Amino acid sequence: MSIATPKYLSQSLAMKYFFVAVVLFGAQLVMGLIAAYQFIDPEFLFNVFNFSTARMVHINALVVWMLYAMIGSAYWMLPEETGIETVGIKLGTLGFYVLTLAVTVVVLVYILVQVGPGTEASIWLINEGREYLEAPRWADIGITVVVLIFVYNVFATVMKGKRTGITTVLMADLIALAGLYLAGMFYTSNITMDQFWWWWVIHLWVEATWEVFVGVLIAYGLIKVMHANRQIVEMWLWIEVTMLFGSGILGMGHHYFWIGTPEYWWEIGALFSALEPVPLVGMLVHVIYDMGKHNGKVNNGPAFNWFIVNAFGNFLGAGVWGFMHTLPQINIYTHGSQFTAGHGHLAFYGAYATILIGMMYVAIQRRNGIEEMRSTSTSKWAVSLITIGVLGMTVALTLSGYVQAFVERAEYGATWDGYFIAQGATWFTQGIDWRLAMGVVTFIGFLLLVKDLLTIAKRSKALANS
Amino acid sequence: MSEDYKEPESVWTSNRFWSRSAGWVTGFSAVLLILLTMDTLDQITIGSAKDLENKVTKRVPSASVINYKVTYEYSDVRGHEVPVIGEKELFFGRSDYSEAEANALLDKGKLTSQAKNCMNCHTLLGNGAYYAPDLTKAWLDPAWQAGGVMQGMTGTTSVDEAMSVFLQNPDKYASHARRMPNLGITPEEAKGLVAFLKQMSSIDTNGFPRNFNKIQGSTQK
Repeated sequence: MSIATPKYLSQSLAMKYFFVAVVLFGAQLVMGLIAAYQFIDPEFLFNVFNFSTARMVHINALVVWMLYAMIGSAYWMLPEETGIETVGIKLGTLGFYVLTLAVTVVVLVYILVQVGPGTEASIWLINEGREYLEAPRWADIGITVVVLIFVYNVFATVMKGKRTGITTVLMADLIALAGLYLAGMFYTSNITMDQFWWWWVIHLWVEATWEVFVGVLIAYGLIKVMHANRQIVEMWLWIEVTMLFGSGILGMGHHYFWIGTPEYWWEIGALFSALEPVPLVGMLVHVIYDMGKHNGKVNNGPAFNWFIVNAFGNFLGAGVWGFMHTLPQINIYTHGSQFTAGHGHLAFYGAYATILIGMMYVAIQRRNGIEEMRSTSTSKWAVSLITIGVLGMTVALTLSGYVQAFVERAEYGATWDGYFIAQGATWFTQGIDWRLAMGVVTFIGFLLLVKDLLTIAKRSKALANS
Repeated sequence: MSEDYKEPESVWTSNRFWSRSAGWVTGFSAVLLILLTMDTLDQITIGSAKDLENKVTKRVPSASVINYKVTYEYSDVRGHEVPVIGEKELFFGRSDYSEAEANALLDKGKLTSQAKNCMNCHTLLGNGAYYAPDLTKAWLDPAWQAGGVMQGMTGTTSVDEAMSVFLQNPDKYASHARRMPNLGITPEEAKGLVAFLKQMSSIDTNGFPRNFNKIQGSTQK
């Protein structure tokens, strides 16, 4: 079976999305390094480029690069799954340029203007000041329009072409994903109401719809990279959807323990979020099972390595690290501490960054018609350094989080005094130092990854011809 | 489904069974979430000035709560601390803010908290960044009370004044190496922010943070 595919415009568009995703990934890491360094030297860029700005761009770049890579992955898969060129691809391409222009303007305003006066105009034009959803309202509307174009592309193409289990799940998931964004687009002076709906976007994205998206990518990836049996893969996908939505939707309760919402969320949140790791174990088993069944024979070494890191990373980062502090009895002491940051780093990396990078390798291989793409030493160094770096940051932040839970929360009753005493504790500051060191390791890995993504196709072709 | 799809022998390996299960389970969870949301929205809707006058307890009290003293006390029934709204208390020299005035202050404060990006250093209700202290019960924190470091440093004699003076020039009043930057907060915005912080301290957070201020002798038994 030849790997070469016709040159679909949809896949050219996918490559554009992947390119911007990698640029934003780099921006995310640079901002993370600045913020991590400010923890150690608070005078660094003080009153010039404050922690709040660095951190805002850090987490926004994260969300946006992942959305770019997810949209790119969908544009990549569509023609292969449906057998036809994406319907309305010109409009889709226009959407890409509009979105990229908007993202550029938003980031420039974040960096140059940073904050505004306390008026509605500020949240329309500068930043909305709600963690992860900082994008100003004008950009929210722009993003929604572009995403609607994307959703139209997907639906129109699947209706016209062949429909598979993978595309069916993709369509349903996209509707939910796009619709949920609307829940974050309003202002209220009631902070509890604000946070209630804020979680509808954040939680139902990262603990439900994004996870299902990952399920779709794994299914597609396993079929392409090791010719896994479609029927079995799609059966797994449906099981994953059942379990992910079955636990994830009501698992939202674990964000409603302490924000002013009623007590019944303790029980609901504890029960369903405790079930959230189950599908992640299932996904892990599913990948390992398929790997064994095909004797580890794969046609794309680096993509496969990233898929494996995804299977373990998703389980560890989202599953284990999430479960660690999901019960209210524990969460009362860890909520709002570096514990959350530790979990966030490994979960976003393990669940999303890994699979999306894997998809980029799949696209590079197939775009260049490479029958078998082996890992280069750069590929191996990249995946190893980034994984060690993120794991290191996670462990370091978790230890710092423990200090907060014990000293700030348990011993000092969460006062400001307690906060600063914990921040100065040796175990805490060591964790913060190690986080920076491991951030640097991650960044070196990222530079190698960029080099590998840019050169691996040429090397593989040269190898095939020699 | 692909064209060569064959119904497997066991239901457990049937794609049709699992796709239907996915639909039912997702639908059921979504309906349950929506029902719970309807109840929660009802409970977290902001209260009114009348509620405060009549001592009706709301999870999220009206902005008029700035006219009253707020404390955080251990409840035997609930098994954790809850905010308690007491007698009238001066807020920037007054305790007779009308509901409209109080709402305007809260609105100004909440808008300012967003425009100044507070949440990317601080946590509010425990959500946000971890570079600066949690603001949930900041209004009640001993650091701001009489005898606390902030009133002394800002040369003020009340929590509201101390917070207002600090917020307008935070980099000048550093209590620790990690200072708060100057965000160009105006006196009007500062007053709004203090109202926002006071109202937030009166929200029933199910006992978060636990054992608040216990070390310095809180009311917990």
